[in-house]
This record gives sequence, C-alpha cells and structure tokens, in this order.
Amino acid sequence: MPLIGNAQLKLLERLSNASAVSGDEGEVRQIVLEAVRPLCDTVKVDALGNVLAVRQAATRRPGGKAPLKVMLTAHMDEIGFMLVAEDGEGLYRFETVGGIDLRQLVGKSVLVGREHKPGVIGARPIHLTSPEDRRRTIALDTLRIDLGTGGKAAPGERAVFATRYQRSGDLLFCKAIDDRIGVATLIELLKAPPAQIDLLVAFTVQEENGLRGAKVAAHALDPDVGIAVDSTPALDLPAWDGEENVAYNVHLGQGPAIYIADGSTLCDPRLVRFFHATAEAEKIPCQFRQPGGGGTDAGAIHKARAGIPSLSISVPHRYGHTAVSLARLDDWKNTLALLHAGLQRLTPAVLAGERR
Amino acid sequence: MPELLPFLKELISLPGLSGYEDPAASLIEARWKPLVHQLSRSRVGSVHGLRRGSGPEPRPAILLSAHMDAIGLMVTGIVDGFLRLTNVGGVDPRVLPGQRVFVHASGAGARTLPAVIAQPPARLLPPDLGDGPVPLEHLLADTGLAPGRVRSLVHVGDLVSYASEPVELAGGMLSGHTLDNRVSVAAVSACLEELQNRPHAWDVWAVASVQEEVGLIGAYTSTFQIHPDAVIAIDVTFAKGPGSTDWQTVPIGEGPSLCVGPNIHPALHKGLKDLAEKLEIPVLMEYAPRHTGTDAFAAQVTAEGIPTALIGIPLRYMHTPVELVSVKDIQRAGRLMAEFIASLEPDFINKITWED
Repeated sequence: MPLIGNAQLKLLERLSNASAVSGDEGEVRQIVLEAVRPLCDTVKVDALGNVLAVRQAATRRPGGKAPLKVMLTAHMDEIGFMLVAEDGEGLYRFETVGGIDLRQLVGKSVLVGREHKPGVIGARPIHLTSPEDRRRTIALDTLRIDLGTGGKAAPGERAVFATRYQRSGDLLFCKAIDDRIGVATLIELLKAPPAQIDLLVAFTVQEENGLRGAKVAAHALDPDVGIAVDSTPALDLPAWDGEENVAYNVHLGQGPAIYIADGSTLCDPRLVRFFHATAEAEKIPCQFRQPGGGGTDAGAIHKARAGIPSLSISVPHRYGHTAVSLARLDDWKNTLALLHAGLQRLTPAVLAGERR
Repeated sequence: MPELLPFLKELISLPGLSGYEDPAASLIEARWKPLVHQLSRSRVGSVHGLRRGSGPEPRPAILLSAHMDAIGLMVTGIVDGFLRLTNVGGVDPRVLPGQRVFVHASGAGARTLPAVIAQPPARLLPPDLGDGPVPLEHLLADTGLAPGRVRSLVHVGDLVSYASEPVELAGGMLSGHTLDNRVSVAAVSACLEELQNRPHAWDVWAVASVQEEVGLIGAYTSTFQIHPDAVIAIDVTFAKGPGSTDWQTVPIGEGPSLCVGPNIHPALHKGLKDLAEKLEIPVLMEYAPRHTGTDAFAAQVTAEGIPTALIGIPLRYMHTPVELVSVKDIQRAGRLMAEFIASLEPDFINKITWED
C-alpha cells in the first residue's frame, strides 16, 4: 500500500516548481525519468516527448493468457506563456499556452526559460485609470513580461507563473497541481504495482494543447483499459446571491473524483462502477465529478486504435490554470489509495460486464 | 553602512496596512535607533526620529516625510468559509485574482493564514458581468480551511495583505508589493546613515508617516506636532513602462525626480535641483499641476504654512503586487537629501522669500 510521506511531498514540490509549458516539458521529463527508470522493465521517450514506462505483471493468468494491459496517464505539461517578441530594455511580448483566463495574468511574477529568469507582468497604476478602464479586462497585447532593464531572453522561450510550492498543514498552495499531482501519483503506483496486470504508464505531453501526447501514447501502448489520472477544479464556492451552488463540479476534501461524463469522454460504465465499488469496499472517500464539460487525456485514449475502455479519476483542486492552486493532502492520499486498490482488484472479468 | 537591499526586502515583507502600521514601524525604529538621538511615536503611530544638528539654538529643523503604510484588503464577511473583502487604500480589483495573500486572523491564537484570492466562475456571479473584470465585492479570499475552522479563526475587520515575495530582477531592479512607499523609508534611512559622518547645522526629523493612502493622516499630524521650518516629502512616482507612457511618467533608473507644482515651494525645489546639478546626481523633473497625492500636499498647509519640496522615486506598476523599482534611484534620493541637509546654512529659510 503506497503512502504519502516526506519523500512523496518532496517529489511533488520538485515537480510543481519545475517549468514545463506544453511543448517544452523537458524539466519534468528529467524528474520523471530519474524516478521511473529504476522501477520499470522498459522506459522510452517517444517522438513527441511522452515518457512511456512499462512494468510487466509478476504473475501469469490461468491458462497462460497474457495479463490485462492497463494504461495510466498523467500529463507533464502545464499552462503558461511563450515569449513572442522583444521590445527592448528587458520587455517581452508574450502569448498564452493552454486555457488561461486573461484576468489572471496581471500582477504576477513569472520565470522565463530553462534558467528560470525572474520577471513580472505589471499593469498601469490605478491612479492613471478611469472607472471605464477598470470595467475592461486588460488586453493581452498591452501586457509585457518585464525582466528588468538589461534583462535578456529570446522569443520562443517559455514562461510559467513563479509561484513556489508551499505546504500549510493539510493544504498545498502551488502552481501546476494540474497535473503534477497526477504525475507524482503514477510514480508511486509504479513503486507498488499490481501483480496481475501489465502497467503501461504514460507521462504525457501537450494535454493542455489538445491531448496530443495521449493520442500517440495510447496508440503505441495499445492497452485493454485506459485511466487518466488528473486534477479537476472544485468550483465549490458560494454563489454571489446566496443561492445554493448546484454546479460545483467537485468538492475539495471529499476524495478522488470519478468521472462519468465530461466534454470529451463518456467513461466506460463498467469501470466507473468498479472503481466506485472498490472505494466503498475499502472505505475510501470518493465522489462523482458532476457530468459536464472539460476533459482529460481519456478524451484521446478512448478513441485510439479500435477503441479503449477508459476512465478518468482526478484529485480535486481549486483555481487550476491560475498562478496558485490549492489542494488537500487527504484528497491526494485517497486518490492514490483508490487507484492502488482498484488496480489490485482489476481483472478481465470487469470488462466482461454489461454496459448499463 | 548596512546594505539597503536586505533591509528593503525585509521591510516590504511586513504588512503594516494603513492604520495598522506597527509591524513596519518596529523594524524602522530598529533601523533608525543607532542613527538618531531621539525616537518616538506620534499619537497616530508615525515614527519620529530626531537627529540634532550642530548649529546654535534655536536650531531650524527639516522634516523628511516618508509614509510607511501599505495598501491591502480587509475582511467584510464570511460565507461558507470564504472571506468577502473590501479595500484599504487604492486597489484595482483587476490585479487581485490568483494573488497569494496572508489573512491576519485575530481569532483564537491570532495567526497568519496563507490564502489565495479567488475569482469565482461565471456561473456563480451576476450574469451581467460577462467575462469582464470581477468587482472586489464578488472576489473571495480562500484559506482552504473548513468553514467551522475559518469562523473560529477569522473575524470581520481582519486584515489581508499581499504574500508575494520580493524578486530581484536584471539591471539592479527589485519587484514586490508595498515598494510604495517603503522605498522612501529606505531612502530616508540611507540619508540618516550618510549624515553620521557629515556635519549638519539643522535638526533633522525623519518621519515614517501613517495612513498616507487613506488621506495623508500622518503627514498632517506629524508636521503639526514637529512644526519644522521646511519639509521634504519623499514618495514614489509613476515610472514609464508597459501601458504607462503618459506625461505623468518618468524614466526608471534615471532619477530620483523633483516635483514642480503648487504643492512645492519653488526656492526649496531650486535648492535641491541646483545641488543635484552641482554634485552630478541625476534628477528628473516631474510636474504636478494640482494635487501631488503625497505627504507634500498635507505638509505645505500645516499650521501657518511650511515650505515643502517633493522627491519622487520612479516606480512601475504602482499599487500592484509586482511594483518595480531601480535600487539606484533609492540610493541617489538618500544621498541627495543628505547632501542638501549638510549644505543648509542656519539662515537658509530666511533667504527663500517670495520677493520676485
């Protein structure tokens, strides 16, 4: 039974503080390779930069049949920025990568490039704005990353929010919980693999840029089952008018979120039922994510090759795709526990059930 | 001479919001203690440091006024564990979403809670807001703690301050919150240090004033109490930068600035300007045709009226959590004040007349 202690928190801290904007995942990839190489039978980096790590089953099925092949994915990339033009004097124009609300950019520190050069995104002082100005979102083309006069970067370099990992009791405040918490989870699962299945773990690239890594990883690994392990926003805030918030997506602190349907995938109902039953049997707190929009790597996996029965399970967090996410340690522990327990019990019989 | 930068970084990391300046005041007193002959607090909390001159009594006195209060937020209500907020001083709500803050909780055990400013999703906001900026009344501070815990720790009226850390940028620049106006406190400190080895005829009153951001309260009251013969107010001024190229702005790293306008005594201004030219200290001209928006506005009309000048330290992104300053500008401002004070003849004030 894998547990989360200081070593696991240290790994999450390293992963969270690393810079890995979609298409430039190298820094996280290095950490992942270092962690998984000693644990796997084969590890390779594919044409897009996905890390494909395979740990074969320790036991054979009766009759010498091949073990069930289960693919797990967590994406290494995060939302961020690319510098696209230089204005001189350390000022750079930039574009966003991934779904970022422009209202989240102003007044933030960033880190540019592999050297993590510090910069800031400022705004016109309130003293020089009118009430009309303040009713308008500040346009991206007026913002700059400011490295300080004499600061030097190259267009094409990526930038991320500069937020450093901070833990306060059961609370984690950091950037890129989405999906470094998934990456850390899969590394722990590789340390305590189920004996009866071939574990095919893909640490994917470009999830935030259209699930592009998962698409080719699913083709290459050709699994019987796909499970995307991600992080989903808890929109469990109060409504402005005091009405009940019935569109909360998930609640922070109520355990792993099992997906039924999102914007890109109808999860395989047999897998949904199986993992829910596992949680009940093991008394692991869990919740269903409210069916709705959004999506995970499962959106690419379930329609790869001839089709792959797929599921998503996410750690809840608040304020994804902003400078600071907030997650609870207990939710992470319970997500790891549920995945571990489910994989221990998963057999081909689960997929022989009816879709209803 | 102690380094300016470590002191400034420590000083801007303290809260000290308008009306609650003590955390900053304590550090300022510790810094000034060896530099002045007498240290006290005014009835509203401003720090007064007196460094006596060497001239015959009755000695004239010059007051250096640098406000130490910070802008920030205050809790107005608690809903399901989330905190509703109002502003202390001028805060553009567009810089708030995704900011890390500290909630200074006054309940049981009075502690500082890390939190983040949440911009609720559109479906929890009034429909007419669209995707425009979310007004402060609809933003929330989230400590991540359970509602019951928040209720026992946090009270209405508790302060919320920025938590972002100071960042050193290329070209000798520093970014962070509350550089407005702790940079001027640092400049006054540098001036006092310079005066340790310089004879000066005049008494010098170093004042770290309170509540500038909410109506210049410290400047009115300290100038009244001390009743000096001349005042130099020192505050930040708008630096040119992305989104700010107006006539109100001056280049960063080429200052400090000297203000021209009705709040300023022209002869005092000329004295500073001529001296800067003579000593080849770079200065910029800043024009304030009406209200300077600084302690100078208050000091000038105290008691029977007092000759007042204003030194500005150029600052980008004023009143955002990523204000940006050039350390050189601070050092030069400190040196210019010290040189000016050392140059003052006992009868200087009688020479600055309005006879044209």
